[in-house]
Amino acid sequence: MNDKKRSIEEILITFPSAKRFSLAILQEVQKEYKYISPDNLKAISNYLAIPISDIFSMATYYKSLSLEKKGEFIIKVCDGTACHIRGSLSVLDEVKRALNINEGETTPDGLFSLEIVNCVGACAMAPVVICNQDYFGNVKLGKAKEIINSCVKAVD
Amino acid sequence: MTKKILVCCGTGCLANGSQALVDQFYLETKKLDVNIIPQIKETGCNGFCENGPMVTIVPAHITYYKVQPKDVSDILESLDKEPVTRLLYKDDSGKPVTSKEENPFYALQHKIVLRNTGVIDPSCFNDYLEAGGYVGLTKALAMEPIKIIEEVEKSGLRGRGGGGFSTGLKWRSCHEITGEFKYMLCNGDEGDPGAFMDRSIMEGDPHSVLEGLIIGAYAIGSHYGFLYIRDEYGLALKHMQKAIDDAKANGYLGNNILGSGFNFSCEIVRGGGAFVCGESSALMASIEGRVGEPRVKYIRSVEKGLFDSPTVLSNVESLANIPYIMTNGAENFASIGTKGSKGTKVFSLVGNVNRTGLIEVPMGITLRQLIFQIGGGIPNGKKFKAAQTGGPSGGCIPEELLDLEIDFDSLKEKGSIMGSGGIIVMDENTCMVELARYYMKFLTEESCGKCTPCREGLRAMLDILTRICEGKGELSDLDLLEELAYVTSEASLCELGKTAPNPVLSSLKYFRDEYLAHIVDKRCPAGVCPKLIKYEIIPDKCKFCGLCVKVCPVEAITGKPKTPYIINQNKCIRCGNCKSTCAFEAIYVE
Ligand SMILES: Cc1cc2nc3c(=O)[nH]c(=O)nc-3n(C[C@H](O)[C@H](O)[C@H](O)COP(=O)(O)O)c2cc1C
Ligand code: SF4
Ligand code: FES
Ligand code: FES
Repeated sequence: MNDKKRSIEEILITFPSAKRFSLAILQEVQKEYKYISPDNLKAISNYLAIPISDIFSMATYYKSLSLEKKGEFIIKVCDGTACHIRGSLSVLDEVKRALNINEGETTPDGLFSLEIVNCVGACAMAPVVICNQDYFGNVKLGKAKEIINSCVKAVD
Repeated sequence: MTKKILVCCGTGCLANGSQALVDQFYLETKKLDVNIIPQIKETGCNGFCENGPMVTIVPAHITYYKVQPKDVSDILESLDKEPVTRLLYKDDSGKPVTSKEENPFYALQHKIVLRNTGVIDPSCFNDYLEAGGYVGLTKALAMEPIKIIEEVEKSGLRGRGGGGFSTGLKWRSCHEITGEFKYMLCNGDEGDPGAFMDRSIMEGDPHSVLEGLIIGAYAIGSHYGFLYIRDEYGLALKHMQKAIDDAKANGYLGNNILGSGFNFSCEIVRGGGAFVCGESSALMASIEGRVGEPRVKYIRSVEKGLFDSPTVLSNVESLANIPYIMTNGAENFASIGTKGSKGTKVFSLVGNVNRTGLIEVPMGITLRQLIFQIGGGIPNGKKFKAAQTGGPSGGCIPEELLDLEIDFDSLKEKGSIMGSGGIIVMDENTCMVELARYYMKFLTEESCGKCTPCREGLRAMLDILTRICEGKGELSDLDLLEELAYVTSEASLCELGKTAPNPVLSSLKYFRDEYLAHIVDKRCPAGVCPKLIKYEIIPDKCKFCGLCVKVCPVEAITGKPKTPYIINQNKCIRCGNCKSTCAFEAIYVE
């Protein structure tokens, strides 16, 4: 997973220089670097020839974008309604304790970020936890550690 | 006829390991005699994800549930013999059923939108054609655009994205406006937390959405379109893109579609993850590369929408109905449903119900049928309390209204809305006050903040609801809630703010006594609100097994050998681990 990351120029060149691609570019940069750095904000603003404040407001408005670096593993605990009434908050508490961070935070070693999301479209299997691309359904209390470990192992 | 093995590869079944299953099928069928090798197909979601991975054998129509790679050899061996009984679904009397139609989850369903989902391989263009795909488009392209609009109007189709506005009428108003550039958009943002209809349609039958979009574009006179799809919906994005590419390669998109002289192309825009971006003007702002904030309503998108051009936005499910209507005729479609709501509706039936999943039923079915026949009732012998429809913009429907025939108008009359089709079933252990707080929190976070009533009003309501859940509420809070609800719904700019008070108002209407219990008795009758409950061990039932001690994360439980254990209330964080672990039901919530 430590493939070399594409440079910002390599990403930009794949998009036409028009304002309507700003969200798509930001999403691509987020995916590559796990956040939008100040330098990259500047680079995008130059490339699209629109004020950096516009790019900044996009980056802060849309939930999937972040100005702070996210961990290698992003653990998302679904707190959509279906998950909520099947006890997602207890699952969340457990994950918090296992990682020793709160939602929206990243572990000091940069390995895990914890997020709460609203419905990932797998409600029939509520409560749901996602680690990067892997879905875990019908999460029972006491399973948090297992899930976290299995994600890490899958990558090793 | 070659046998086909349909392996469900929707998001749910993939999560349950259906990819490994597909691999195993390929591996083991290789060993078979070439003349009898069945065809293996990866399909979209069958709706019953909780019992996945699902495997269906055609033409025998045998469906297996929770299939694991180790079951593959038994299934292959049984192909010309009796089905593998242990993998069949057992109906409510415990009898194994072979076909889907005999499964109570499917028995009452009527599939129009999901006609191909779970049956065809969504990434295979020919599968769609063989299933009758693009017949509707071919028919439409031979018609005058206004005739298509008349047909859609006659069908009675109302928008499935939440508003329930007549699709035909919307198309007509855009058709009547002259403009060189018009845009045809598809709304695949699906932000309602607890609903996944559109996801499954896009994943399982992307061409039907695309075909609907092309027909719509031809009807209104548009040559370019966008599909706005949530970025989190990886598989839906992949399948929609493949559908667009294949349609282009086969002459169903691009210039001179099927030799008709009509040109239309489209592209996908990935959503940024904001609930309000599902609102039409916010969605258009987002496609233009701006922050997704709604604008005032008096500017109509059919006149001045995307890039200030006339624009029609239709929801995924609305569009997936269009090819069916064009192929089978408006009368056929209008013969299903109620007086004011025609056709079917896809619902995601989730929450505290035995059989959860995605279902498609005729409009006018009752909640009782949905929850007790299709859903098989409430798990663990608990009591039904209410069902929430319409998500954060809707309301709850209590037990006394279970026989309500659901359609757009009946739900509205009872203080809820149809919304996009989420039905969340709640049992006696769901706290209605906490649920109202939950929705308010969701909406407070999702409010774009452009207008004051929504930004501040929701926050104020959230504060009050939080206070009540923590046992700090006062009786006057209820009047204040109602007052705030009134102002917010009257004065907010967009529907997010206008409908935000619905969950609070409807639960106040039907479950006022629960609010009173929190405020007056400082008690949470459902046993949910952490500040108002405590976990206790019933000494007579405790068998000193010590399991609860192991699972308690804060070491709040202590005990000596052979004496009942005790929970230290000062340490307890009310996580519920102990209660869910205890095999003797010795722990109760108060
Ligand atoms: C806050 C908010 C969120 C919405 N989210 C969605 C959505 O996720 N999907 C959708 O199709 N419509 C959504 N809508 C409704 C759309 O504004 C629009 O009415 C609909 O897409 C039109 O398509 P239809 O006529 O086919 O229903 C939302 C509306 C509001 C106010
Ligand atoms: S009602 Fe709420 S979401 Fe809608 S424009 Fe106003 S602040 Fe934004
Ligand atoms: S509510 Fe959690 S997946 Fe839908
Ligand atoms: S994904 Fe297989 S049934 Fe839903």
